[in-house]
Amino acid sequence: MSEKRLAGGREIVLPMSKAVEISFRSLKIRFGRSLITTSGVILAIAFLMSVWSSNAIVGSLRAVNKSEINLLLQKNGIETGLAESGEASAEAQASMLEEESKQTWLISLSLLVCVVGIANAMLMSVTERFREIGTMKCLGALDSFIVKLFLLESTFQGVAGTTAGIIIGFALTFLLALLDYGGYVLDYFPLSKIAESAGFALVVGTSLSLIGAMLPAYRAAKMEPVEAMRSDT
Amino acid sequence: MTETAEGAATAAPKEEKRTVVRTQQVKKVYKMGEIEVHALRGVDMEIYTGEYLSIMGPSGSGKSTFFNMVGGLDKPSEGKVYIDEVDVAQLDAYELAWLRCRKIGYIFQSFNLIPVMTALENVTLPMVFAGLTSDEARDKGMELLGKVGLGERHSHKPNELSGGQQQRVAVARALANDPAVVLADEPTGNLDLATGTEIIELLREMNSHSGVTIISATHDHKMLSVSDRVVWVKDGQVERVANREDLDIEVTHVQGE
Repeated sequence: MSEKRLAGGREIVLPMSKAVEISFRSLKIRFGRSLITTSGVILAIAFLMSVWSSNAIVGSLRAVNKSEINLLLQKNGIETGLAESGEASAEAQASMLEEESKQTWLISLSLLVCVVGIANAMLMSVTERFREIGTMKCLGALDSFIVKLFLLESTFQGVAGTTAGIIIGFALTFLLALLDYGGYVLDYFPLSKIAESAGFALVVGTSLSLIGAMLPAYRAAKMEPVEAMRSDT
Repeated sequence: MTETAEGAATAAPKEEKRTVVRTQQVKKVYKMGEIEVHALRGVDMEIYTGEYLSIMGPSGSGKSTFFNMVGGLDKPSEGKVYIDEVDVAQLDAYELAWLRCRKIGYIFQSFNLIPVMTALENVTLPMVFAGLTSDEARDKGMELLGKVGLGERHSHKPNELSGGQQQRVAVARALANDPAVVLADEPTGNLDLATGTEIIELLREMNSHSGVTIISATHDHKMLSVSDRVVWVKDGQVERVANREDLDIEVTHVQGE
């Protein structure tokens, strides 16, 4: 056998079902540790969802333009100056924009912190598992397998954390809104807007988890099998 | 009875021997900041199919570096390493992975089993990579576990197994895809005397039953009696090669090495 290409046999594969199984179990075994990373996602997404829900509910109540509701809104510091044509006054619009950009800034910052937290936790996980990764490479795992495993783990964390965050964020805002505005919240509940927000939040949360895991996954994949041999640790 | 045309490293002439691993003036230099460390200073070695070879040497002798070369885990700075007549340095990442999956089995000092998987799953993981179906993999895995005496513990995770049992699983795993070579790095390093002896026996059994070549890097002198040849490495070079027959006589001297 003197050709450069080694002959015979099938290729090297990692079936998706197996990859999912390994990733899921790795997550379970480090549950305590992954909870800390996940809580970062939960909090950030809860914040995002609560802001969006709050905007949706308040927006829906403002649009109704009933005096009793407007009174409640004003009590909570919300501008209700809707003119006859249904357009908000110039002042009200300006302050609304300012409020929105402040919110966007806050949300973006919290999401960024979240991503950094995920990246950090995953990097730690990679460093701790150098032997496992090296061993898998000795068994024939391709770099892409390792990347797949870490990205899958992060996705599971992301989905779980995001879902929890969406529920918590919405629930808190909903309860607070009930306290502030009573039954009107239920009468004018912006279901489609909330569902839309939840969908967006899910996408955002999962994407962030993936992004946060990219650098760590790359580092893991580049690890040399020789690392597994090191018996000093 | 033919004699091979090699220098000092001839084993007692058996039937015609095939070389499974061959090194040619292999050198390895590490740069540690400003300093160059010459881990290997030109090693020529031929390892024959079916032989049980032990590489011995103190820390820093280049034993581990040579071991890594021979196992396709590292590339030489100079010189060539041929595994089954294929130059390892010419292989790309995919081909290297294929080599490690199919041709070489690895056994580590610290067992290195995947903690989230059962014994059976650990043994069948290389088979998964090689594309076997779940059924094929499971059957073969159970067979291998039976051979190493752990048939009933197939569903145990590594933390439910003793050190010796974990190493047995590792041996079974190393044999998963019927490799040509099994590389054992200090296989008895983390085991007590009795368990270590068991593992050495197991390896010897595997060697004689299936004819798989075993290359082990070790400090353990118990390994000497089961090896066909022993290579002593010192200062990055082969200091001495001895055949088992010669060793039997030298038993007392060996202890002092």
